[in-house]
Amino acid sequence: MSFVPHDQADRQHMLETIGIQDEEELFATIPQNLRLTQRLKIPGPLDEENIRRIPQGQFSHVCFAGGGIYRHHIPAMVDALANRQEFYTSYTPYQPEISQGVLQSIFEFQSMMAALTGMYVSNASLYDGATALAEAALMAIRAKQIKRVLVTRATNPRFRSVLKTYLDNTGVKLQEIPFDMASGQVERFSLERLNGEDAALFVQNPNFFGILEPMDCIAKFARQSAFWGIVVSEAVSLGLLKRPGDYGPDCVVGEAQSFGNPPNAGGPLLGFMCTTKEHLRRMPGRVVGLTKDSRGRQAFCLTLATREQHIRREKATSNICTNEGLCAIRAALYLAAMGPRGLRAVATQCVAGAHQILQLIQQVGRQPVFKGPFFHEFVVQLDADKRKALEDDGIIPGVPIEYYYPEIKNGLLVAVTEMNTREDWKCLLENL
Amino acid sequence: MPARESIDHSLEILEPLLITHSRPGRNKHILPDPFKPCVPDELLPFMNPEEVRLPDVAEVETVRHFTRLARMNFGVDQGMYPLGSCTMKYNPKICENIAERIRNIHSSDKHPMHMVLRALAALQRYLEEICGMDACCLWPAAGAHGELTGMLVVKKAFQTRGEDRSVVLIPDTAHGTNPASCAIAGFTTRNIPSGPRGFLEAATVKAHLDKDVAALMITNPNTLGIFEQEIHEIAELLHANGSYLYMDGANLNAILGISRPGDMGVDCLHVNLHKTFGTPHGGGGPGGGPVLVQSELERFLPIPRIVHVPRELFTLSYSFPDSIGMVQSTLGNVSVLLKAIVYIIRLGPKGLLEASRTAVLNANYLKARLKDHFDLPYATPTLHEFVLTDKRQKEQGISTMDMAKALMDFGFHPPTVYFPLVVSGAMMIEPTETEPLSELDRFADAMLTIAEEAAQYPQALHDKPELTPVTRVDEVYAARSLCLTWDMLESKDDGAVSK
Repeated sequence: MSFVPHDQADRQHMLETIGIQDEEELFATIPQNLRLTQRLKIPGPLDEENIRRIPQGQFSHVCFAGGGIYRHHIPAMVDALANRQEFYTSYTPYQPEISQGVLQSIFEFQSMMAALTGMYVSNASLYDGATALAEAALMAIRAKQIKRVLVTRATNPRFRSVLKTYLDNTGVKLQEIPFDMASGQVERFSLERLNGEDAALFVQNPNFFGILEPMDCIAKFARQSAFWGIVVSEAVSLGLLKRPGDYGPDCVVGEAQSFGNPPNAGGPLLGFMCTTKEHLRRMPGRVVGLTKDSRGRQAFCLTLATREQHIRREKATSNICTNEGLCAIRAALYLAAMGPRGLRAVATQCVAGAHQILQLIQQVGRQPVFKGPFFHEFVVQLDADKRKALEDDGIIPGVPIEYYYPEIKNGLLVAVTEMNTREDWKCLLENL
Repeated sequence: MPARESIDHSLEILEPLLITHSRPGRNKHILPDPFKPCVPDELLPFMNPEEVRLPDVAEVETVRHFTRLARMNFGVDQGMYPLGSCTMKYNPKICENIAERIRNIHSSDKHPMHMVLRALAALQRYLEEICGMDACCLWPAAGAHGELTGMLVVKKAFQTRGEDRSVVLIPDTAHGTNPASCAIAGFTTRNIPSGPRGFLEAATVKAHLDKDVAALMITNPNTLGIFEQEIHEIAELLHANGSYLYMDGANLNAILGISRPGDMGVDCLHVNLHKTFGTPHGGGGPGGGPVLVQSELERFLPIPRIVHVPRELFTLSYSFPDSIGMVQSTLGNVSVLLKAIVYIIRLGPKGLLEASRTAVLNANYLKARLKDHFDLPYATPTLHEFVLTDKRQKEQGISTMDMAKALMDFGFHPPTVYFPLVVSGAMMIEPTETEPLSELDRFADAMLTIAEEAAQYPQALHDKPELTPVTRVDEVYAARSLCLTWDMLESKDDGAVSK
């Protein structure tokens, strides 16, 4: 019933080699009072067909949900290669001589992420966008001894929640910068009064509402703060928008699930962190470097380990050990499969689709909540009953956001990607 | 006609970087294009005027590139991977199969999510039962993330009590993540020595207890493979002091169905799904690090929590005012969680028990075959893993590193090396239950051959491995001549490695 290959003769032979009569003797060091005397109350063993018969939910085919997790085209090549046992059944590449596949793939991931964000360096991945933001804040604390972390309120509310959890015991205060109710962009007045010499500032762009922030203006004020970072929650935007690194931040962090990783009911996701030369040695997580073998040939290995927990223990730059290796490999495969025109074309489809659908929605009398320029998401108002009725019909019109933003009554965040067919948007419009 | 390029044979590059295959126009992938591809004018100022900097490579070249890379990597499906404390067991294929089902579900898609939440609620129950704990949170994405979550829970419990306790005791055999996680949770750590028999003694803990001690973090069995025999007394001492016992569940694979952390007096622990519960490690994740607590700590667990309205559906609730807050953007690594459920029900209670009993049998068999030829630092009986050292081979100038590298030429992944830190030149060997006897024997024979070579021709071992895609990799050079991206390589004029 388990995946144990031995038969009784094997076990007997092993016991004899060990020099004991009974397997029970192997457990003699476990005190009697700590032994479990009854069988675990869990189901099974089940055969594969019975496992397959366990009911599953059908996903809704018409889906305009985004809000940090996006449905995108994934080239078939990505699955074919990521599902190779050499990638998915291996461990963290501690032994480089037999881990060149994972190491070089991650090196290529790092290279492409650095190029796309316009930053000096990328790490090998973090858990998700939320913990990437939290790690960036911890890095800012190490770098500049800041007293406050400022984050725009239009940054993904789940990211802000996790940030709050991580900052709770650091003594650093978390403050939010409001957004302008008309444009959906950061409120200029608050930005101008920032005075962030003792603070780290984080801005998500495009923001949670899909709105493009006035980055040139933000960068001007952000430079006066001790540390600043740009948060990217839709990695596909890197295919079309100005590179975040060009605004001169200390780091660019976020979520790259969109690069070749399906929504998977919420995860695994793919956190990333790109930073400058200055902060390289403060960066959390694994990094792969190029080196040579004893014959002088190109080779790769994990490097800068002196930042990490297995060497530095409580003084490490982070506690992270296992990251999202396979998701990063998927991202490398995805970016390789898409190429420069492919990624730009996907980003263009997203932008074009969102604007065309919003126009049609406006024609049926619904106005967007914000007037600012947007990428591929926008906020409209749709009452909960109507939304639920649509959901019951297998149409997900978007992600409700009133829970996070009570000031936007019945707010619904609509995301459009290249996965939304003509039938999808007809279906949405007819039922709105 | 371009001049024929001369080929430099002095440097052999096994697989060139993908960027070197790049030529404008090579990538001809066709994309879905449901929309007229026009960008509104108001967006033009936000756009990158330059082309995206990605390699432009034909599909067949990309596939071959990564296929060749894959072939330079060792996986569990290929051979034994006895990395101590990492539990590299076989990853059942049915788990991958079932996890594929949730691929297209968006976490905001309520109806299928009810089914997902139902499955996750079941996983919580199974883990609670296996560990003897009262409550579970599945969201931490890896073991270290689970540790951090657990220690934040402990911190919150003291804050709620109005106590400011700042110290966590950590035995010297602990994983490096333990102290690192404590530091982020706002604790300072105090390293305490394990006893001469390789386990932590209650008397040592007692000597370090004071009103500033919030918790002790223990791994059981510990990283020497030894069961912490005094754990129950230690738990009682901690509880009498108002402190908590945290357990790192990295080595849970030794005790499934045999002994439960909850019965040992553990207040909080994390388990590693990618170790104990057979989910693949993916070359370094995604993993899963669920946290389990006793009822006293339940209200501090992260939000959201899965709640079950009787005779209705499973849903998520954020209304837990004492919670430490969120630790991950959604529900953790959901597909990993699903694989763990399939693993558990595929094995059932008897299968889990058989897995642990066999993991212990296999480790002890290997130890019996090797112990006369290598230094065994502790005589105390061990469970699912054991530690040898290079003390004897050191006399011939052969280190643990040399032996680890030599094992690769026999087709094995090396054990965990130079850990735990309390043992000099440690080799920590964990075969797991899924290795057949023939593979265990092959491994033992390889180790014995290496020991013999170390005694007779030690010089040859310094040049190992020789049969791997690359020979011994220069890690010092990597750190000294830092090159972490294509761009850094381009800007570097270095004769040793070139594109």
